[in-house]
Amino acid sequence: MTKQIRQLDRVVIRFAGDSGDGMQLTGDRFTSETAQLGNDISTLPNFPAEIRAPAGTLPGVSSFQVHFADYDILTPGDAPNVLVAMNPAALKANLADLPRGADIIVNTDEFTKRNLAKVGYQTSPLDDDSLAGYVVHPVALTSMTVGALAAHQVSKKDAERSKNMFALGLLSWMYSRPYESTLRFLERKFAARPELVAANVAAFKAGWNFGETTEDFAVRYEVKPAKMKPGTYRNITGNAALSLGLVAAGVRSGLPVFLGAYPITPASDILHELSKHKRFGVITVQAEDEIAAVGAALGASYGGSLGVTTTSGPGVALKSETISLAVALELPLVIVDVQRAGPSTGMPTKTEQADLNMALYGRHGEAPVAVIAPRSPSDCFFAALEAARIALTYRTPVILLSDNYVANGSEPWLLPDVESLPDLRVEFATKPNGEDGTTFLPYLRDPETLARPWAIPGTAGLEHRIGGLEKADKTGDISYDPANHDFMVRTRAARIETIPVPDIEVEDPDGDARVLVLGWGSTYGPIGAACRGVRQRGLSIAQAHLRHLAPMPANLGEVLRSYDKVVIPEMNLGQLAHVIRARYLVDAISYNQVRGLPFTATELETTLEEVLKNV
Amino acid sequence: MSEPVAVKLTAKDFKSDQEVRWCPGCGDYAILAAIQQFMPELNIPRERTVFVSGIGCSSRFPYYMNTYGMHSIHGRAPAIATGLSVSRPDLSVWVVTGDGDALSIGGNHLIHALRRNVNLKILLFNNRIYGLTKGQYSPTSEVGKITKSTPAGSADAPFNPLSLALGAEASFVGRTIDSDRKHLQSVLRAAAEHEGSAFVEIYQNCNIFNDGAFEQLKDPSTRDDYLIRLEHGQPITFGADGRFCVVHPPGGFGLEVRDTSSVRPEEIVVHDATVTDPAYAFALSRLPGLDLRNTPIGVFRSVDRPSYDSVVQAQLAAAKATVTETPEQQLAGLLGSGDTWTIS
Repeated sequence: MTKQIRQLDRVVIRFAGDSGDGMQLTGDRFTSETAQLGNDISTLPNFPAEIRAPAGTLPGVSSFQVHFADYDILTPGDAPNVLVAMNPAALKANLADLPRGADIIVNTDEFTKRNLAKVGYQTSPLDDDSLAGYVVHPVALTSMTVGALAAHQVSKKDAERSKNMFALGLLSWMYSRPYESTLRFLERKFAARPELVAANVAAFKAGWNFGETTEDFAVRYEVKPAKMKPGTYRNITGNAALSLGLVAAGVRSGLPVFLGAYPITPASDILHELSKHKRFGVITVQAEDEIAAVGAALGASYGGSLGVTTTSGPGVALKSETISLAVALELPLVIVDVQRAGPSTGMPTKTEQADLNMALYGRHGEAPVAVIAPRSPSDCFFAALEAARIALTYRTPVILLSDNYVANGSEPWLLPDVESLPDLRVEFATKPNGEDGTTFLPYLRDPETLARPWAIPGTAGLEHRIGGLEKADKTGDISYDPANHDFMVRTRAARIETIPVPDIEVEDPDGDARVLVLGWGSTYGPIGAACRGVRQRGLSIAQAHLRHLAPMPANLGEVLRSYDKVVIPEMNLGQLAHVIRARYLVDAISYNQVRGLPFTATELETTLEEVLKNV
Repeated sequence: MSEPVAVKLTAKDFKSDQEVRWCPGCGDYAILAAIQQFMPELNIPRERTVFVSGIGCSSRFPYYMNTYGMHSIHGRAPAIATGLSVSRPDLSVWVVTGDGDALSIGGNHLIHALRRNVNLKILLFNNRIYGLTKGQYSPTSEVGKITKSTPAGSADAPFNPLSLALGAEASFVGRTIDSDRKHLQSVLRAAAEHEGSAFVEIYQNCNIFNDGAFEQLKDPSTRDDYLIRLEHGQPITFGADGRFCVVHPPGGFGLEVRDTSSVRPEEIVVHDATVTDPAYAFALSRLPGLDLRNTPIGVFRSVDRPSYDSVVQAQLAAAKATVTETPEQQLAGLLGSGDTWTIS
């Protein structure tokens, strides 16, 4: 039967199910198919910290949202147009986010009395009129999958587990996605078990064919490719991009990358990824604790590697003393903090930007470090290179503040030309630098960068000792001299403060904005989308986004002071706003949410319009 | 860069220009002098030798060695040295630590370095007291010790550092004494030759806060009856004319000291540091009583086990062996791996 085909410019789909239902994988595959088609994409996984919460319960619901469009998009979308609910819990947990009129595809097999009772449904929402405002598509996903696999040599359990591929097949049909990459993926994933390849492919095709034949789905949709810059793309998450950025930093500096890490959500994927790249000379050590992880990284830096440690907020707290040592030793060190909701264990799989204060100030003594933050998943690649550049050039710890939103979200990435990446080569000290020609002065600085020489063990004639005790200028000998300490403290501060960073750029297409929205890190997408919305209503607004939080761009004060009002949205209680007020005496308006979720463009738009009304 | 020096180094070459600032009479001086004198015989160039320390009196050690060195932070030396050693297998990396640094604040790093068998020579200066913070009890102080922080006597049971190291799977464990230069050097020599972690406890006198802690082991009138000098391949006897010996008591788990005259010669345990089962070295480590009687010194255990460094380097080498492209080509390949699409 011929189905009607309708064109859409954008769609937001949310796949939701039990945490054992494979929703992340389903979302991932759908995203990959969508990327192949050339749509712009943004994704947002949302999963519980528990690996397998009790089946069928609300805390066990895992979801994956994908937004795709025929134009460039900035966020994973505020509200889904389509919800795939694999069980009653998934429906209940996500219904409130759906606008009226949205499509809901439900797996009716899971709507049993027992499963309904688990989440407090007295009657099935499929049978009463509680879903009257939505377009509900009841599909017996599990039983149809099992039926389709009747002739396959797989257990009933394995057959049931393939139901996510049935759902993926159906959605792929519905949105006219190319599926070759999924078939290839299944062949790779189950290479050791051909019977599972066959079963999963069959389940996928059954889902596709079901869409084509059933009358319940009368319409098929198309979303045309977006106009994107020519080149080769791949879809990438922030954690993957960050890992590749570190590998690239190793290649471009010619130094081995050494990662010391202790597993922690949501940073562990960087450890997993880097451990695969031994052929690049990358060493990964899964340390006994967070302190050892940064200690090993610092020890490797001392030996001439690019030392890196990756963690989340609680880990940074533990590493703080070693980071201060690195400040005193003046050695390169990259500390990646993939922020999550705190304090303490907080909400490990939810996002937040509340570690800015810790990154800027969370050490004993005057211990300044450089701090940078990526603005999107693919930007994590370039942020990692920039962190390495600063660490290597200025011999300093650099904290890279990613967060769960960019780390696990994904977007298309225009692959850069390797030769266009920054040249990060460094020169180790090779000969004495004292005036007498024989003495080595480990704290004699380069007048331009204020960096001290990096003399690695193994270099004859430069044997020297460094340590956490205050050092005399130039010689590096232990010193308790008051004037020397004052000088060294100020020099360490100046060393960071004078790192040249690019000026901040302002986006104000109308050119007459009186209100500036200033953000940092992962809020770039939602703020950008909100600004677009504001402008579409004929209002002017300017957007600027900070990548360098320490040091800050030299033109920032001037930019801030040229607007009547400055609004700073943050997923914390105003940490950047505090800095801006203190440094620039600008009476910034702080807009804050700490719900563990990224801002929606809609709520930011409303906030900005309120501000604009009062200018 | 100056050319590698082919001339034979001497103790003087290992002395840095820094004034040594331990308290007069401290046992650390003797250890420093012994190590400076011993280093040249290893034939390792100074620039390839690195001393890493934590915090405490002993941890000032690197400043006085004319090698590469890092005086780091409290307890973390084994972690920092792990990163250095694993990434630079060409270096000889030594960790200098104390009983507080290694066993209290840094206990976790110590046991994991030993478990992994990182190629580190770990020298634990045990004076059974906190010296740098002026006299609190340490994790090796005896129960009931009266110190500034324990006026009524310490309630803590102490660690036996060698038992701990053995429990942590150490492949080399030894003990020596600050005042016995010849013995100290012989144990360090064996440690230096060992591939993997070598853990050496050095009894060290703090003459300010815990003077005479090991006096019975040093006093000529008592030491022979107190010390058991372990020698590989030799029956374990000690005391004047070998009047005491070590035996496996029938039906028991450990080792015991007997009068040599009361046992048959074949009952005397012949020391073998290469015994695979750590239970033997553990039993040796449990011989001394609170009064320091029956204290073995020497190499307790020295077994072959691949070092962490060598395994990591072998994995790197295996991965790199398949590479035919330049790093830039490899990187371009990596960036473009997975599902890609092209927009023209």
